[in-house]
Amino acid sequence: MKRNFLFDNMVVLLFVAITGIGIWFSGLSLGFVVMDLVTRIARNGLMVVALLIPVTAGMGLNFAVILGAMAAQIAIIAVIHWQIAGISGILLATLLSTPLAILFGIFIGRLLNKTRGQEMITSMIAGFFADGLYMLLLMVIVGTLIPLRNPQIMLPHGIGILNTVDLAILRGAVDDLYRLSFPHFMVLVAVIFLSIGAWFQYSTRGSRQPSAKKALPFFLIAGAAAISFVLTRSPDSSFVIVSVPVVTFAIIGLACAFLGFIATTKLGQDFRTVGQDQHVAKISGIDVDKTRIIAITISTVMAAWGQILLLSNLGNLSTYGSHISVGVFAIAALLIGGATVTKATVGQALTGLVLFHTLFLVSPMAGRNLLGDAQLGEFFRVFIAYGVIAVSLAMYAWKRAYAGKRQLRS
Amino acid sequence: MKKLLSSALASFGFARLIIVAFLIVLVIGAAVLGIPLGPLLSNALVRTGMNGIFVLAMLPTIISGIGPNFGLPLGILCGLVGGLLAIELDMRGFPAFFLAVTVGIPLSATVGAIYGWLLNKVKGSEMMVSTYVGFSFVSLMNIGWIIMPFASPEMVWPIGRGLRVTISLADRFASVLDQFWAFQIFGVVVPTGLLLAFSLMCVLMWLFVRSKAGMAMKAVGDSRQFALASGINVDKYRLLSAVLSTVLGAVGIVVFSQSFTFLQLYEAPMGMGFPAAAAILIGGATVRRANILNVILGVFLFQSLLVVSLPVINKVIMVGGVAEIARIIVSNGIILYALAQVSRGD
Repeated sequence: MKRNFLFDNMVVLLFVAITGIGIWFSGLSLGFVVMDLVTRIARNGLMVVALLIPVTAGMGLNFAVILGAMAAQIAIIAVIHWQIAGISGILLATLLSTPLAILFGIFIGRLLNKTRGQEMITSMIAGFFADGLYMLLLMVIVGTLIPLRNPQIMLPHGIGILNTVDLAILRGAVDDLYRLSFPHFMVLVAVIFLSIGAWFQYSTRGSRQPSAKKALPFFLIAGAAAISFVLTRSPDSSFVIVSVPVVTFAIIGLACAFLGFIATTKLGQDFRTVGQDQHVAKISGIDVDKTRIIAITISTVMAAWGQILLLSNLGNLSTYGSHISVGVFAIAALLIGGATVTKATVGQALTGLVLFHTLFLVSPMAGRNLLGDAQLGEFFRVFIAYGVIAVSLAMYAWKRAYAGKRQLRS
Repeated sequence: MKKLLSSALASFGFARLIIVAFLIVLVIGAAVLGIPLGPLLSNALVRTGMNGIFVLAMLPTIISGIGPNFGLPLGILCGLVGGLLAIELDMRGFPAFFLAVTVGIPLSATVGAIYGWLLNKVKGSEMMVSTYVGFSFVSLMNIGWIIMPFASPEMVWPIGRGLRVTISLADRFASVLDQFWAFQIFGVVVPTGLLLAFSLMCVLMWLFVRSKAGMAMKAVGDSRQFALASGINVDKYRLLSAVLSTVLGAVGIVVFSQSFTFLQLYEAPMGMGFPAAAAILIGGATVRRANILNVILGVFLFQSLLVVSLPVINKVIMVGGVAEIARIIVSNGIILYALAQVSRGD
């Protein structure tokens, strides 16, 4: 049993070790690490959660989440053009990006239905292709075919959007709605997780599996939060600098709860059935193609909302760059949390987020202290991102090829 | 007759038709707008020779059933190491060029063998795995470029550690092939040496495909089960194709760099596999079937398109980056098209 735990969580434990070494050698105070980490999780959380449903539906890692990000960026540019500030700007951007993201999602879904078995490479190339069209739209068509005149967001000669668009009027619109100090936030977390755990423990609904097992992780997190509260309560603690954007975390929490809810519905069951075996799903009367399109569409819409959160946190938009690496980094985070191409849970997404972003923020300093060059640390973290994806893909493909061979022989 | 025509059209493919039509429109546009065609053709010839070997590198892996080699950066990185060594040893001209190639080949053959071994383990998902193995190796070499013990002041940063992002070949082996026996005819400069080098590689590949090993490789690509039944070692020929492709990547980057007149390190090799795959697909290949003609036709069409689109579009509207946008849309569009065709076929 013990050996099983080690083996099952090999990836996570490895990265806990690497991250621990990184924090140690970076020489950064724990309070500073947590402060930065809170910001980064708030920024990237939703994007990672967006990846989960396509994995359940057997479509692998959705590299096309960057289409969702593009939908968000087009909406944000419109909002900036109309100069709608603050939370109403964010809401409008959400409203505008959603139909776009649904459209993109349906498009990718249909494409992936044509390329069964090669979904991941297709979603990745679709991302590159869409990037070309996105550049065509924002560099060439805006100002020529779309008669837009706004020197604030456009290049001086009147064609194309600037490389960097200032989002000052949207900065912190979501994050600063309600902030709590770290210890107080921990109290909130403890209370919420305790309630959810208690609800699972004592509810009679859906008692197919022992509910105590389901409730345990919630109690554990609640306990950890309570201990964190006690440890960081003192005003001398290095955690005084940490302030938590509660609303952003609530949105990420709601997205996780939504995924948990979907899993209990007929649609969630369909996702799992399609993910396990498309043939069986088809025989049991599930519209496989439609289910796959819905999975990708939910993912794309969540990615769009995630990108809006990210941009409002950053406060500026790199028009042709902000979306490029979000997909790869989100996927790397998910995999570091112990997910695989065929199985990913909310818990793995959250664990991965914490580990990947801790590694990301400590590696430049650790690189400088350990190897005398901060640049090496930066290259190292990029290598980790690509490397973990490569290893995961290879392991998945290896297993699949092996299983196929065994089937052939028997 | 009509049926024959429509079936010929179907096999040529809708996406390819659009690309060829687009190229024709651009060429007519260039003529109408008074853009001299001579320099455009010279440019297209140079770029065909520059990129041709990369496109040729797609051939062996497609034939053996692995598919387009998106892991081409593996070979490219080995070739770059050869180029760096030539400068470090203070060599110039053809000797430097040949040293880069001779260092690159064994290196890339070794890397290609390991790569081929891995690809044999992941049958059915080669494209995705090769892409990310390539990406990881590029990012690993980012660290490598900083810690490798090169010392030539031409290559390292004056302050700090590591190699520069671009290293000039101006006094080294820049344009050694381009200018070899180069001549001018009707305002078109023909880079004879470059085209000869590309042709030589094509002829060698043509001979290989017709050899016993090449035939066996083709059989493996057509059907693994059938090849296995006929006593062909499937894994051996797939591995050989990966080695060949990786070696061509290494030779390709040395040839590419001498025309480009710079060695590009760090992120540059990352995206070099995709346009090469796109070119062979434009030339009429699929991810399962290809020949030398697809390579030559594809690279010439694709590069001409890129060369002609820039001045024509810039005459119409003055916007930077249009050629880059065209490249991204065309190359990824054709790859998507080819991927969508695969599952319809199988």
